Amino acid sequence: MNLAQQFETLSELARSGQVLPFWQDIFVKFYQAFLYEDRWLQYIEGVGTTLLVTAMALAIGVVLGSVVALVRVGHDQQKPHHRNPLLGLVNGVLEVYVTVIRGTPMMVQLLIMSMVIFASSRDYTMVGALTLGINSGAYVSEIIRGGLMAVDPGQMEAGRSLGLNYITTMLLIIIPQAIRSILPSLGNEFIILLKDTSLITVIGGKELLYAAQGVMNRTYEAMFPLLGTAAIYLVLVMIFSWLLGKLERRLAQSDRR
Amino acid sequence: MIVVKGLQKQFGALPVLRGVDLEIQKGDCVVLVGPSGCGKSTFLRCLNRLEEPDGGQVFFNGEEVTDKDIDRVRQKMGMVFQHFNLFPHLTVKRNITLAPVRLGLLTQEQADAKAMELLQRIGLADKADVYPNMLSGGQKQRIAIVRALAMDPEVLLFDEPTSALDPEMVGEVLELMRELARGGMTMVCVTHEMGFAREVANRIIFIDEGVVKVDKPPKEFFANPENERLKAFLSKVL
Repeated sequence: MNLAQQFETLSELARSGQVLPFWQDIFVKFYQAFLYEDRWLQYIEGVGTTLLVTAMALAIGVVLGSVVALVRVGHDQQKPHHRNPLLGLVNGVLEVYVTVIRGTPMMVQLLIMSMVIFASSRDYTMVGALTLGINSGAYVSEIIRGGLMAVDPGQMEAGRSLGLNYITTMLLIIIPQAIRSILPSLGNEFIILLKDTSLITVIGGKELLYAAQGVMNRTYEAMFPLLGTAAIYLVLVMIFSWLLGKLERRLAQSDRR
Repeated sequence: MIVVKGLQKQFGALPVLRGVDLEIQKGDCVVLVGPSGCGKSTFLRCLNRLEEPDGGQVFFNGEEVTDKDIDRVRQKMGMVFQHFNLFPHLTVKRNITLAPVRLGLLTQEQADAKAMELLQRIGLADKADVYPNMLSGGQKQRIAIVRALAMDPEVLLFDEPTSALDPEMVGEVLELMRELARGGMTMVCVTHEMGFAREVANRIIFIDEGVVKVDKPPKEFFANPENERLKAFLSKVL
């Protein structure tokens, strides 16, 4: 007797009111959580969306964060008497952005984006990715700003003393050195982002947790879908942590050259 | 070549330079000395505007140095730092060629050739492709000097070039500076090396309390220090 037939028999018994022995009960719940009607495919699809949303949010976050960080550092490095008013204005706006994003819960941001700003949109996954990206941008900007400011100020002076302008010195001398300290923190941000994608479930983004909830709603059984989801996140995070560790060791090695 | 008029600079409420007047001629090797905190380094850094003066003017070849054309002025006014400030992510050769190539003064081939020639001169040609953290302090500083030389500067500013070096490495850096001075390079040096000042400088300038107190050729400077503060200073450093 194969698994499917066994499941049919046992679930029939359960439906008729019979209390199943422990292991048979577990088997039925596991089977209907993952195998029945090929439900595992829904989880796989969910993981795909989770990874896609993470990648998109990270891309938005890195681009946004880089721009914010460069403007803010550029603003701070101006000479005291010659402040550019336009740069000052943009800097002010960006400071508000960072403060607001870091000062409000991500869940609230998601709800505002989906129910107020993009109330007419049905593409909840994309709205979720955009929100996560905007959120991540604020944190990434602080990571990058910290990295840029950690480079010895003598490097900027050396570049400028050779006649290179501010932007060239930034691009060729400061940023390449800052990247070494930025990359590991950016990796952590990626892992945080990966887990935070589960929040877009509340606005209807179709990622991994959403798939699990779909199964829960049909089976009235929470344990296996939720434990399975947790296990999948854990495995993903462990894989990426391992990759990041390798990257960090690689960077540390080139430091010693 | 460089004319400084009434240069003032203060950090917060603390006045560091209170009106420095100075003229530096082509071929001069000027050594600035003075008690620590007297503003020698600040003065030097005001010349190429790494520090922005609060008052007074700096003229370079007859033109006032302002923020507008500062990058052009700096190409002709090289600077050597106490902590070398080599670019750690670039090889020695790239450190030297980066600026001339980026600024369109030389092609990469020309710059490479020039870098090798300069490295040969200081006996470090074999270090062309290594990264700065493989070098000793003395080697780093000599390469920093070569990096400034690769721009064909008209004047070199030295900001305590030997202060961060182990004693046994000071000699090699001073020797290179001596060679440059003999070759007619215009130099302005902040240094505590009185031997170097006595032997190489044609003018020694004592800065104290934010102004130039003494400006004399080395012989007179050391033999006949009339100024009381200078006497006190020399008695401490000699």
